[in-house]
Amino acid sequence: MATITRKSVDVVIVGGGWAGSIMAKELTEAGQHVVMLERGGERSTASDGAYPGSLDELEGNFRFKIFQKLSKTTVTVRNNINQTALPYRQLAAFLPGEGVGGAGLHWSGVHLRMAPDDLTLRSTVISKYGKSFIPEGMNLQDYGVTYAELEPYFDKAEKVFGTSGEAYKVQGKIVGNGNAFAPDRSDDFPLPPLKDVTGAHLFRKAAAEAGYHPYSIPAANASRQYTNPYGAQMGPCNFCGYCSGYACYMYSKASPNVNILPALRKNPLFELRSNATVLHVTLDSTKSRATGVIYLDEKGDEIIQPAELVILAAFQFNNVHLMLVSGIGKPYDPVSNTGVVGRNFVYQNISTTTAWLDPSVYTSQFIGTGGGGVAFDDFNSENFDHGPQGFIGGSPVWVNQAGVKAIAAAKAGGPPGTPRWGSAWKSGMIDTYKHAVRMDAHGSNMAYRDVFLDLDPTWKDAFGRPLLRMTFDWKDNDIRMNRYVVSKIANVTKAMGARRTHLGMKEFGQPFDTRFYQTTHLGGGAVMGNDPQTSAINRYLQCWDVSNVFVIGSNAFPQGTGYNPTGMVAALAYWSAHHIRTTYLKNPGPLVPA
Amino acid sequence: MLSPPLSRRRFIQALSSATALTACTWLARSPKAAPQASAYTPTFFTPEEWRFLHAACDRLIPEDANGPGAVELGVPEFIDRQMATPYAHGALWYMQAPHVAGPANLGYQLPYTPRDIYRRGIAGARKLARQTHNAEFADLDADTRDSVLTVLETGDLQFDDLPASTFFGHLLGNTQEGAFSDPIHGGNKGLGGWAMTGFPGARADFMDWVDQYGRQYPLGSVSISGETI
Ligand SMILES: Cc1cc2nc3c(=O)[nH]c(=O)nc-3n(C[C@H](O)[C@H](O)[C@H](O)COP(=O)(O)OP(=O)(O)OC[C@H]3O[C@@H](n4cnc5c(N)ncnc54)[C@H](O)[C@@H]3O)c2cc1C
Ligand code: SF4
Repeated sequence: MATITRKSVDVVIVGGGWAGSIMAKELTEAGQHVVMLERGGERSTASDGAYPGSLDELEGNFRFKIFQKLSKTTVTVRNNINQTALPYRQLAAFLPGEGVGGAGLHWSGVHLRMAPDDLTLRSTVISKYGKSFIPEGMNLQDYGVTYAELEPYFDKAEKVFGTSGEAYKVQGKIVGNGNAFAPDRSDDFPLPPLKDVTGAHLFRKAAAEAGYHPYSIPAANASRQYTNPYGAQMGPCNFCGYCSGYACYMYSKASPNVNILPALRKNPLFELRSNATVLHVTLDSTKSRATGVIYLDEKGDEIIQPAELVILAAFQFNNVHLMLVSGIGKPYDPVSNTGVVGRNFVYQNISTTTAWLDPSVYTSQFIGTGGGGVAFDDFNSENFDHGPQGFIGGSPVWVNQAGVKAIAAAKAGGPPGTPRWGSAWKSGMIDTYKHAVRMDAHGSNMAYRDVFLDLDPTWKDAFGRPLLRMTFDWKDNDIRMNRYVVSKIANVTKAMGARRTHLGMKEFGQPFDTRFYQTTHLGGGAVMGNDPQTSAINRYLQCWDVSNVFVIGSNAFPQGTGYNPTGMVAALAYWSAHHIRTTYLKNPGPLVPA
Repeated sequence: MLSPPLSRRRFIQALSSATALTACTWLARSPKAAPQASAYTPTFFTPEEWRFLHAACDRLIPEDANGPGAVELGVPEFIDRQMATPYAHGALWYMQAPHVAGPANLGYQLPYTPRDIYRRGIAGARKLARQTHNAEFADLDADTRDSVLTVLETGDLQFDDLPASTFFGHLLGNTQEGAFSDPIHGGNKGLGGWAMTGFPGARADFMDWVDQYGRQYPLGSVSISGETI
């Protein structure tokens, strides 16, 4: 094991997912020499999505072939500050990515813009319901950036991803049957919406009958052939059902690997080094300037990579971890309520409702596409009056059938109360798989003073660094929100003519359980904002304390939203890159005075 | 790039010459067919463990009117073959010490790999059967095996520091994986698990069926190797 110092570069990017790839594309366009470091191996559709070998549910969803391997590093989790956090030893509740493309290779493709009110949630709640409406201990915050400011970047990301959808309002005019609650758009979606699968089709009709406003979920799964602004080509999605957890063999699901990296790989200003694990960011003696990063290469050599600008794009909690182990920003202390790195750690509050239809109706759950489906937003964001409800937040409700395969169906089993094995299980499972529709309430999760990230005192990763520790539990406000929204689904399943409905709700007092998949939509921990006392990065995603470090990812979200994060992460990356290109590179330094 | 990759086209050509593309259920084929005497020789499980595995899987997924059971589907072979993979050696898990017990909702915390769990779990379950029924688990009748399995599933029993329910969870999970995964892994023999559930396997192209609302998918299953029913 040697220590080698490489030639200095303009920009080093940590992480090869969506955030890293967008930043690399933008900064090479600005003439910067960019080195992207990715801890995992090379990945491409040709190898990881090869047909038919990649259509292997056991390997894909149960042996986590293209997900993070926890053997080297993980996090520890506890529900509250009085508990001992224990390692998350087996992938379950959330499934982070690893390898070129990151989780962007095996995501699903739901591609949403953040609701305008969610970006200014604190101000909106105070103006509508008064300050006392915010529960004690909830750290409700604004993002420090508005929808109007981000709109061009939401638009750009949709064009790069080849997003299929139906608009509601474009430049002030109602143009289609899209989400009636969605904000104005400068342009339509690049592709028309995907077809509805059976469950989504029935849900669309039933939701309308129940008086809600169903729309096609915008999906980064191409409904037609498409060539994006970078010249990347996509083929039409065939609803193969091997979406979430797989590299799309049809080149239909947007990924950094298909939509951005082909253009970058041709550029001599760009260099991708895979199997390069960044250990920390190096700072100069003032601790206010980064000098580069140190990483381990494939051989285990320690490489010092000097750079003028460091972009952390290693995913939400990895970004927070890198900040903590590098000494960037003040670590959060929940007791004194000071510090910012680790503060406002948030998740997403999801529960699934199942409706069993008449046995003559086959729901073909194996047919599916990751991002497609039908949703209604009547109980999301500030689209309804929270006053009488007394909680903050909301959920879209949707049928988003990414393709349920046989092992998943077997493990899901039959209706509640059915045995987990034996002949009764078999009958219940087969009936459910053939004739049921699943709907999610995909809700927001607020930030709380005692929910946070810090370094674990006991467990270490394979490189000797302390693991990141998550202190997380569900709170009353969020459980009440979930139960309220889910109760509204009963009208929909009734209109569907369901012979049986199980309304999946969060239960009071049930702690966050790491053993069951919920979502990988983790957020916060190094949030953006206009106040350095409550945010780790400014509105341009630049560290307040170390101005040549930018941190791109869902770590920037001050609270968890009802939407999937990647549309927002991509827009924030383009927004940040725009300000780096137009302002920072000309005059490096803080873009906002601290 | 815009048409399906060549390998897929070739694969589909191979399929079109295959005989049966229509759905056929297990029952339609042979309701009473005795489980094929497996030519497979286990490499991980000892002969006694192998007998236990058959006798347990057979109850977790029994053969019945809905279709074949775990034994007919080759689940024991699947599990034995899995024992040679990185997964069974714990390579997918964070295994660093210290291993500290905690609340169940914080997840698995033992130092044991799946191989260890089977070794200890089967020994414990066999001992339980001998203690409570004075016989080898594999020699018990179906109802008695069910009652022993229920104790493993729901009781507070510990095999030293391995909860019986943890062992049961692995056994059940792997049994389901074996019955319903691609036969390339040794289970789901004759695609019987897929026929039973109506899962078409690696077909993975529903362009023309996505909006045939509510109708039963007409084609049978196909595996990665091109086996069809
Ligand atoms: C199964 C699944 C389905 C999903 N579906 C959706 C969806 O439908 N819609 C949606 O909006 N979002 C979805 N997501 C979330 C989405 O994948 C993420 O929001 C998105 O990929 C985040 O991009 P990123 O670039 O921030 O991080 P990532 O894609 O995670 O990329 C970060 C990269 O950094 C690398 N890295 C980490 N640490 C280091 C280090 N120290 N040194 C070097 N490299 C490092 C990682 O290996 C990884 O490749 C899904 C996620 C999963 C797992
Ligand atoms: S469902 Fe569509 S987008 Fe998803 S992997 Fe299959 S073809 Fe690709």
